[in-house]
Amino acid sequence: MKITKTAQAGAVESSDVLITVAPNPEGGIKIELETKRVIEKQFGQQIEKVIRETVEALNVEDVIVKAQDKGALDYTYRARVQAALERAL
Amino acid sequence: MSHYRSMLIMPGNSPKRLQDASVFNPDLLVLDLKGVKDEEKDSARLLVKEAIGFMDYEKVKIVVRINTLESGFGAKDIEVIARVKPAALMLPQASVEKLQDVEKILAGVEKEAGLEPGKILLFPVIETVKALENVSSILSVSTRVVGAFFNADGLAQELGMTRTKDGEEILYARSKVAMACRVAGLDSFDTPYNDGNDTEGLEKDAGKARNLGFTGKAAINGRQIDIIHRVFA
Repeated sequence: MKITKTAQAGAVESSDVLITVAPNPEGGIKIELETKRVIEKQFGQQIEKVIRETVEALNVEDVIVKAQDKGALDYTYRARVQAALERAL
Repeated sequence: MSHYRSMLIMPGNSPKRLQDASVFNPDLLVLDLKGVKDEEKDSARLLVKEAIGFMDYEKVKIVVRINTLESGFGAKDIEVIARVKPAALMLPQASVEKLQDVEKILAGVEKEAGLEPGKILLFPVIETVKALENVSSILSVSTRVVGAFFNADGLAQELGMTRTKDGEEILYARSKVAMACRVAGLDSFDTPYNDGNDTEGLEKDAGKARNLGFTGKAAINGRQIDIIHRVFA
């Protein structure tokens, strides 16, 4: 399944994340994470894994996922990525 | 599910508040989809679904206040939320017909998802004049109905009432809901006390609700829970 437009879900608020998804003309799933350096160092791989798993579970291809993190937990990532992708279809 | 003293209502689109809510140890935690802005309802629905699956709410029972079916959001709420098995769904602006419609959709989702039939319970919200006059019929629509929540703010909006702290204007409505629930042997939750900083006023108001026959009270602020538990001990 391919997304057709840019869409967002979530918020730049404490414990949340603002997810922006857009079609990726170069193909594949590209993840851009914006967070505190310490968070990226400790949890960056886990966050990317959650985002990738959520995208793949929805069978979405060729997408850029930008995450502006404010300390969100895994469940929030799953919910916000899913919402953004559904809005972009 | 019976004889709970408190229900804490939290907005369903705030991860921070969803995470913090169980700290206050309410008997029931109501994750609210109805109060969310229309353009965020899809996102809130997914957040609540994921939160229920992810978080350890320990002894707190999870209830989800869904949107009405006529809003266009309610059926999807049931479809998505029932699959993560909350203890109950709360139905705003309840009526006999609306409860029957919700039960039909819920039974369909349970069957499709292989869930135990009838396990997800229902809390109708009594917040319209019609619901108030038919409250006994609403309570007996389904065996899933385990209690009712009286929302005075909804009723006040319909009637153009001005709410006061002593609640004289809602005496009849409160008495009617509390008595109907007593007759049916179900839990009844009084309307929240809207001033989160007035602990003395809350204690007085909760005592009044208890004396009218309510078995518990709703809260919109976690700090209200201890007082409610003390009054309804």
